[in-house]
Amino acid sequence: MQHYSGFGLIKHSLSHHENWQRAWRNPTPKKQYDVIVIGGGGHGLATAYYLAKEFGVTNVAVVEKGYLGGGNTGRNTTIVRSNYLWDEAAHLYEHAMGLWEGLSQDLNYNVMFSQRGVLNLGHTLQDMRDIHRRVNANRLNGIDSEALDAKQVQEIVPHMDCSANTRYPVLGASWQPRAGVARHDAVAWGYARGADAHGVDIFQQTEVTDLIIEDGTCVGVRTNRYGDIRAERVGSVTAGNSSVIAAMGGFELPLESHPLQALVSEPVKPILDTVVMSNHVHGYISQSDKGDLVIGAGIDGYNGYGQRGSFPTIEHTLQAILELFPIFSRVRMNRQWGGIVDTCPDACPIISETPIKNLYFNCGWGTGGFKATPGSGHVFAASLAKGDMHPLAKPFSMFRFHTGALVDEHGAAGVAH
Amino acid sequence: MSQKNRLQSGGRINRDQPMSFVYNGKNLQGFEGDTLASALLANGIDVVGRSFKYSRPRGIMAAGAEEPNAIMQLGSTEATQVPNVRATQQELFDGLVSGAVNGWPSVDTDLMSYVGKVGGKIMPPGFYYKTFMFPQNMWETYEKFIRKAAGLGRTSYETDPDLYDKVNQHCDVLVVGAGPAGLAAALTAARSGARVILADEQSEFGGSLLSSKETLDGAPADAWVSSTVDELGANKDVVLLPRSTVNGYHDHNFLTIHERCTDHIADKAPTGKARQRLHRVRAKWVVLATGAHERPLVFGNNDVPGCMVANAVSTYINRYGVVPGNELVLMTTNDGGYQAAFDWHEAGRKVIAIVDTRQSPKGACVAKAMDLGINVITGSAVIDVAGAKRVTGVSVAPISADGDMVTGSVTKLGADTVASSGGWSPVIHLAGHCGSRPVWNEEILGFLAGPTVEKRLTAGAANGEYTTAGAIAQGIEAAKTAIDALGKSAVDVVVPATEAIAQYPAMTLFHVPHVKRTALAPKQFVDYQNDVTAAGIELSCREGFESIEHVKRYTAMGFGTDQGKLGNINGMAITAKALGKTIPETGTTMFRPNYTPVTFGAIVGRDRGELFDPERFTAMHSWHVANGAKFEDVGQWKRPWYFPKAGETMQQSLDRECLATRESVGILDASTLGKIDIQGKDAREFLGRVYTNAWAKLAVGRCRYGLMCGEDGMVFDDGVTACLGDNHFIMTTTTGGAARVYEWLELYHQTEWPELEVYFNTVTDHWATMTISGPNSRKLIAELTDYDVSAENFGYMDWREMTVAGVPARVFRISFTGEMSFEINVQANFGLHVWEKLFEAGEKYNLTPYGTETMHILRAEKGFIIAGQDTDGSVHPYDLGMGWAVSQQKPFSFIGKRGMAREDCVRENRKQLVGLKTTDPNVVLPEGAQGVFDPKAPIPMPMVGHVTSSYWSANLGHSIAMGLVKGGLDRMGEKVYYPLADGRVIEAEICSPVFLDPAGERQNV
Amino acid sequence: MFHIYCPHCCEHREEEEFHVKGQAHIARPVDPEALSDEEWGNYLYFRKNPRGLHHELWVHNAGCRKFFNVTRDTVTYEIKEVYKVGEQPSVVSPADKV
Repeated sequence: MQHYSGFGLIKHSLSHHENWQRAWRNPTPKKQYDVIVIGGGGHGLATAYYLAKEFGVTNVAVVEKGYLGGGNTGRNTTIVRSNYLWDEAAHLYEHAMGLWEGLSQDLNYNVMFSQRGVLNLGHTLQDMRDIHRRVNANRLNGIDSEALDAKQVQEIVPHMDCSANTRYPVLGASWQPRAGVARHDAVAWGYARGADAHGVDIFQQTEVTDLIIEDGTCVGVRTNRYGDIRAERVGSVTAGNSSVIAAMGGFELPLESHPLQALVSEPVKPILDTVVMSNHVHGYISQSDKGDLVIGAGIDGYNGYGQRGSFPTIEHTLQAILELFPIFSRVRMNRQWGGIVDTCPDACPIISETPIKNLYFNCGWGTGGFKATPGSGHVFAASLAKGDMHPLAKPFSMFRFHTGALVDEHGAAGVAH
Repeated sequence: MSQKNRLQSGGRINRDQPMSFVYNGKNLQGFEGDTLASALLANGIDVVGRSFKYSRPRGIMAAGAEEPNAIMQLGSTEATQVPNVRATQQELFDGLVSGAVNGWPSVDTDLMSYVGKVGGKIMPPGFYYKTFMFPQNMWETYEKFIRKAAGLGRTSYETDPDLYDKVNQHCDVLVVGAGPAGLAAALTAARSGARVILADEQSEFGGSLLSSKETLDGAPADAWVSSTVDELGANKDVVLLPRSTVNGYHDHNFLTIHERCTDHIADKAPTGKARQRLHRVRAKWVVLATGAHERPLVFGNNDVPGCMVANAVSTYINRYGVVPGNELVLMTTNDGGYQAAFDWHEAGRKVIAIVDTRQSPKGACVAKAMDLGINVITGSAVIDVAGAKRVTGVSVAPISADGDMVTGSVTKLGADTVASSGGWSPVIHLAGHCGSRPVWNEEILGFLAGPTVEKRLTAGAANGEYTTAGAIAQGIEAAKTAIDALGKSAVDVVVPATEAIAQYPAMTLFHVPHVKRTALAPKQFVDYQNDVTAAGIELSCREGFESIEHVKRYTAMGFGTDQGKLGNINGMAITAKALGKTIPETGTTMFRPNYTPVTFGAIVGRDRGELFDPERFTAMHSWHVANGAKFEDVGQWKRPWYFPKAGETMQQSLDRECLATRESVGILDASTLGKIDIQGKDAREFLGRVYTNAWAKLAVGRCRYGLMCGEDGMVFDDGVTACLGDNHFIMTTTTGGAARVYEWLELYHQTEWPELEVYFNTVTDHWATMTISGPNSRKLIAELTDYDVSAENFGYMDWREMTVAGVPARVFRISFTGEMSFEINVQANFGLHVWEKLFEAGEKYNLTPYGTETMHILRAEKGFIIAGQDTDGSVHPYDLGMGWAVSQQKPFSFIGKRGMAREDCVRENRKQLVGLKTTDPNVVLPEGAQGVFDPKAPIPMPMVGHVTSSYWSANLGHSIAMGLVKGGLDRMGEKVYYPLADGRVIEAEICSPVFLDPAGERQNV
Repeated sequence: MFHIYCPHCCEHREEEEFHVKGQAHIARPVDPEALSDEEWGNYLYFRKNPRGLHHELWVHNAGCRKFFNVTRDTVTYEIKEVYKVGEQPSVVSPADKV
């Protein structure tokens, strides 16, 4: 793999940047792989990367129906945090956080992980109870987390309206200093480049049309472009499309795929240094390094694979943003879009064995997928490498919906973004 | 400075109405009818911005929504600052204050350009990804410097003084764009009796005809425009919306229109007027007549101020009477481009040359140019531009017929303006918003709107039809299609006669070759706003970013505020060529709303502040306010939180309220609790199915507490339901859960048990509810009613109808405090009256109003739960120690029964709700504190549950708390430790949550 | 924003008046106690979540408060039909017989 550095840029500038190598190959498929990963988003590519790099499984194929990072990886609001309530979720997301720190160096690809801190605002007494509950749990789980009052919040976000005059005044917040944002596309590309360098074959524009199942065991995938590709184990990491893949295996998942919308303003001069989230008024906002205000909206209630949602959701989100930041009233919205989020009833993911032997699923991340990318990929890779679920993944079996052992992040945190 | 580029006559400006404006601190003059861009050009302003990455000087390129460079800061006061206004779309008004958005110390002399010049070489696409990685943890430091360059304009630091409105509209046909096709479509639809909305982003209707020299039926085009607009304006079923951009096309023909009502008058709207309006339109049919954008060609240094799109040159001359230079070189791949040279020539300025990329073009345009004595250089292209802040000359070279390479020597020509035309791209953005993919059309060398399930039609240039007559005909045809589908009969509209000019075939050319290969050639810009060059696109393809989406994301092409209106097709063509594919194989990126940016304020409208979410008040709210209540937001309700007296701390108020209630009598406004009226012969059966406990034997006149669970067995609401008659009940729910519970009941009735005869109605707002509680409560109510309220006649958990304070009331002997209580329900309109009467009579008992906080304390002293505070969707009734409220004997498997029997719900060591007594009775556990059994365990510490409710109990003289503890119900007397953020570890003993009167003797009297 | 025909009000109304309640035609088991945890879990949580034709339950909560079914394409968002609770859809994908 060609090493990236500032010196490299200077060197390549002398040859007019004509000698940069491809970030990844366009290989031709082998007949048999140890592992096939369905889905070339952040989680799938991270899975392939860690399989090859950490677990020595290099005979791996990633099969992506579109382009790399073209699903939710490239459509989210890039927030990274790990201050989840329940132990199981907190440990998983904190595992991811540990990998985020140092990911650019590990991948030799700057994913621009910027630990500018995330505030989760509280607007009611119950919000504040929930915040204290979560902050205390985080602290005892070894996750940096503080409960702030309104005055402390105002110091961190000087341009937010923290007065008592709003419809739902800001009473306080939880604050995770190590949280922040990262460059979403770079995560997919960095993992793809790293996986490729370790020998992983990546196939784009290659859609899995069926699973090859023999005697209740998954032995490969059927594709629209390369026909059958066989493997010892198959891992599906297809987010919003997971139910479609599951249907190929003849089973259902406890998932619904919903539109989740986001929008950006035109770029404006820096005015917001941190990420501000409010579940109560329902909006979240940060400012990118280009100056766009990056704003998230709520989930649309209906199932939808259209990568778009309904306009009232955008209206409500901007109402919330102007409640928090009245000075943004004359700023203009440039662009809106939607992702397809696969949501579980307990707002936690599925990292799991399935009714089909040697077929594994990693899905159901809902609105929490991007921040988990490295951790999700790592534990899923470990599980696929050994054919045995990683300890951090075990609580997230799809079969918890049979026993009732849910990890209910809805419970105290409302909607978890 | 005089308006040196202004023509003496011509154009649609009003020379009798001069207007003063400020640009970068300079006072300039323009005329009514100008845009800010045309006024700047008239004044000879060349540099209007600096590019994002290289800080290169940039000038005005275009005349409309596609302009990438002329992005301005607007606003004469701090509060009215507007960032990123496109000068080509801002009408000039007297007193307008504008400035460039970047450049230091000024946009003319930007020191960053030196960094751009030197550093630009090491800033290819994706350079961020390749550097700033070492040492680790330095990224945030690098980022601080990178962020300094972020953004175009700036936000205001003050609150917006303006109002914004929203209006919902319905129509038969929404016509988007009022050019020839749109006007024809609107006219046809209107004459056919349809309800029509015609919206156009510009100040005047007419579109391309406003800057055209064509004749229609022998008269100037604007005569047809004004007669058409007049007819439409006279039709009461037509809504005309100028200055209104249809910015988003959503599912089921829902479109949003962003109307700028006053932005052409001043930067603050006149008093009482809305600055902008958002129209939310549901259209039965939509006709997109959105026109086309001319594509500039991609050539060396094609961003030097003075480089423009050919059609923009014509527009400035014909519409605004401004010639944006003295000496023009026009490069074109098609006949259409010639018009700019003709207009320039006619304006009396010099056309240095027309550089036609076609090998030997023939036909009327070429002939006309020759006749005018213009130097036409064929089979050639402008491959490079000289100049920094203004074009000073061009390099022209012969190119091959396929446009792939330079085939001869370079000729240099002097010029200050370079116009280029690479053909047209239909404006099909709206057609793509609902997921329809554009389809490449080889004939017009552009994308057309793809197939759709929406009732949407396309006409005119938006449909690839570039002649005026053709566009009008298509507009008529589209309207007829819609009218037919609407079941009306279409009235014919005659297409006016135009002069048809035979067109010589255009050449397919996007990227002009240079003598050097792209990587070595001068910068050839594709996307101006994000400094994306042809070399950058080729590099990204070389590096494996082959999908057009990857190219876009890697180079940032199309991510600007112009969203690639000028550059995207060129970028796709360059990508296709680099990959050896066709353009359709390469594909397009998705179009997303908005077509052009929309003010946040306009999207929000009036739904701000108190209208952000409606505030709900009880009937006694004014009394609470008058008596100094502090309020708590519960759902949408404003509930009194506590009633401080002068000089009291909150704790002192709570102590006083708690003691007064237990010692004499307190009063709570409980009106916000949800109330659902349930009737029907199967009402009782229904209750038995949705509550966990038994309802079969509840007698008329009696009340019962019930727990409601989901199918998963987890508690989701609770409350008391009273039997009003054998087939009539009134259910109370939590304040926040009322709507959810109501929908839940309807869901089960309508979808699962429609055979049950039962009816529901929400009556929360119909009743005012006040609870008097305490040992003197009976004496108090007895003073206001003739009814016998003795324990013998009106016992605990009874309810009675009676007259209280002269009004009919339902009174319930239910208690959430553990004291003798009377919950008085009266019609909401009588609420305040009864409340005041209670205070008149209650003065001698020291009747004390209390709010939600004291309510919480009093109920916690009794161990009563609050659903949503002590429960969170992960606890079932047995976890709460409330198995007594679950009847396993009921014949019907009630909702929650099966769920709470699942493997995980019946396991050992679940978190269970218990009381917590701190070892130091003066210490109040913080709510939300997490408990551990071993406070010395290392991090991560095994946690056993959190404190859900915790208070100082003035009645008991010590703190009380409830919390979830793993296996807590079997651990009575054991210790739990709560390590806090401040380093303290609070020790508590697990106990019964009932701290006061376990036998219930105080309430059951 | 969807434009939904309410079969009880007999007119098209805006999506804002409605709530969607998920997959339609999930009947509550008659004898829940006879079901295994797996069967009960399947009833509670497991869904078809199809890409394409989908039968879903809506309620006109800001209108007549009635529940009804909608057959909708989850990719194009086109509503194919609306029908009352207790009725069966007429538009059914071959792979998805209700």
